[in-house]
Amino acid sequence: MDAPAKDAPLVELRNISVSFGGIKAVDDVTVDLYPGEVVGLLGHNGAGKSTLIKVLSGAYRRDAGQIFINGKEVHINNPRDAKNLGIETIYQALALADNVDAAANLYLGRELKTSWGLLDDAAMEAEARRVMGRLNPNFKRFKEPAKSLSGGQRQSVAIARAILFNAKILIMDEPTAALGPQETQMVAELIHELKRQGLGIFLIDHDIHSVMKLCDRASVMKNGQLVGTVNVGEVSDDDILGMIILGKKPAKAA
Amino acid sequence: MATEGETKPEPARREGLFRTFLNATELDIRILGMVGALLVIWCGFDIYSGIGREGEGTGLLGGFFLTPRNLWTLLVQTTPIAVMTTGMVLVIVMRQIDLSVGSMLSMLAVTGAVVQVFILGPSLGVGHPVIWVAGVVTCLVAGTLVGIFNGVLTAYLQIPAFIVTLGGLIAYSGIAFLLASGVTIAPMDKTFDVFGGGIPESWIGPFWSWMLGAAACALIIYALYNGRQKRRKFKFPLRPMWAEVTLGAIGAVAVLGTTWVVNSYPWPFNLIKQYAEANNVTIPDGVENTDGNAICMSAGDVVRCTDGLIYYTGYAVPVLIALVVGAAMTFLSSRTKFGRYIFAIGGNPEAAELAGINTKWVTVKVFALMGFLVGLSSIIASARLDAATNALGQSNELYVIAAAVIGGTSLAGGVGTVYGAILGALTMQSIQSGMQLLNLPAAFQNIVVGTVLVIAVFVDQLYRRRVK
Repeated sequence: MDAPAKDAPLVELRNISVSFGGIKAVDDVTVDLYPGEVVGLLGHNGAGKSTLIKVLSGAYRRDAGQIFINGKEVHINNPRDAKNLGIETIYQALALADNVDAAANLYLGRELKTSWGLLDDAAMEAEARRVMGRLNPNFKRFKEPAKSLSGGQRQSVAIARAILFNAKILIMDEPTAALGPQETQMVAELIHELKRQGLGIFLIDHDIHSVMKLCDRASVMKNGQLVGTVNVGEVSDDDILGMIILGKKPAKAA
Repeated sequence: MATEGETKPEPARREGLFRTFLNATELDIRILGMVGALLVIWCGFDIYSGIGREGEGTGLLGGFFLTPRNLWTLLVQTTPIAVMTTGMVLVIVMRQIDLSVGSMLSMLAVTGAVVQVFILGPSLGVGHPVIWVAGVVTCLVAGTLVGIFNGVLTAYLQIPAFIVTLGGLIAYSGIAFLLASGVTIAPMDKTFDVFGGGIPESWIGPFWSWMLGAAACALIIYALYNGRQKRRKFKFPLRPMWAEVTLGAIGAVAVLGTTWVVNSYPWPFNLIKQYAEANNVTIPDGVENTDGNAICMSAGDVVRCTDGLIYYTGYAVPVLIALVVGAAMTFLSSRTKFGRYIFAIGGNPEAAELAGINTKWVTVKVFALMGFLVGLSSIIASARLDAATNALGQSNELYVIAAAVIGGTSLAGGVGTVYGAILGALTMQSIQSGMQLLNLPAAFQNIVVGTVLVIAVFVDQLYRRRVK
């Protein structure tokens, strides 16, 4: 149990509970994620999926339960702990600092420094140009504050941030919600690429079609509880809809 | 220049010369506007103060404002507010506020004075070098500790900074009153007074002023050269050469012009006389001229004259302190991780926290820095007065915040510059001392300063809306 087995999941959230006041937002939920896998988290608004995932990213404290990374129990008390474990999160609210430029946002929290210990803005901008050139070649607005960027551009910056820091575990909270069709396609290709590189990705989404297209497995939540986890290839859209709406687990669920 | 025009993909190339100039030099139009407003205020006061007294004023435009004496005094008077406002900018950028700086200044000045006058003075003997060092250290350390206290209450106990420092505003002035027992504590240590700029020992004289001016010019040129090398190394668009030269010229003219002004301010008559007598300097014979600033012997008496013994002040120590603080704080806010985090927190506190920044610790550090700067200001203010009272910093919090806001700091957070705030402090002090020059009552000065504050913010918002 303690030794990291070869087939140990990259992440296991075991029996997690979070309550706000008297309300159990997450109630005894267990989900896991393997390297090179995309696991979708589905459910209505308020089903608890964002709360659950914020436990992993360090934004919320859990009230009960354990977190295992590569089979080893870890303690995540704040976003810094999560980052040190290689967990990067791309938030629904597109968490960029609006008043600083793209390069500064890319490196926020882990700035490149000169030999004098000062910010190396030129090096950060150069690196930002390199990464963004690969990700979104049309992106040219490196010097402008993030608030002047479009939704897609902001999302590219957020994703580039995660890539830049060699994340092992990526959490994406509705990554395509604010994007146009072309940008959505770009993100989809990106997710496939990250999968190939062996990252594990938790994908939170409302759109069950994008989940069916991008994910390997889907965990469905309702009223803070886990309805079940299914292999996406083995179920139909209707099965998943049934899980989301009725909380009914299909017969052949994994 | 092949790279020219790449700086910004402009929709049309038929923009005015001014726009081209701004784009090429990358100067901030709002700062240019502030400098313009400041010059208008200065010229306005000079012209207005000269009306009806033609031929009397020695100012640039015939008045009494643009004289070396007035400008020198203006610089020295601005320093306590200017030093504090550089910290207030960072506090406000981080979406916090510090209302306690005025009371804190009084409290720290009184504490430093108690240490010098009541504790160390009697035991060590007046003039002992430990006294001024202890006074300085007390003010700086106590200021930092009070700042940390404000910061911890705000960041870790999550009491809004407005409330924490409003409480401080009231409580610290009470502590200041108790420590001072309601009386003026004086005199301070003579070496300590060097920080105030009120005595000849705190004027560095023309030679060192020119040396410093030359060093500053060299630094400007080096910074421009270094920036260009860096842009070239990473293949970023370069500024056109004429823009670099213009920037260097503007910087050099500003530095050397200021140096020239402070080097044109002669010591007061009595001080020259005292100094000459104390140091056995021969006072030359000459013809009396009551308009002159030099001294000479005429019929056995020391009198004013145009040709004779004269000393010029050069930069005063507090002004140098403010300049160093301004440079250091600009550097801190733009070149260090700490500064970057302050701006990121102001722009989006949640994003900053999620990016792994320890926002609470940064908050404490910013308040600690604010406290340190208040300590520095309390040294300058009490040294200048050669005394400390429990009312020394009264209302200073309002002027410090107003200076930051006039200088373009947004109370919504995330936006502000140190040099803008210093310009704001200079603008406010200019208005005040200009009106003092015109003998307008203090109540009237308050009305005008308040109005200027509101108008400045309104104009700034108009500008921002247009840019959007």
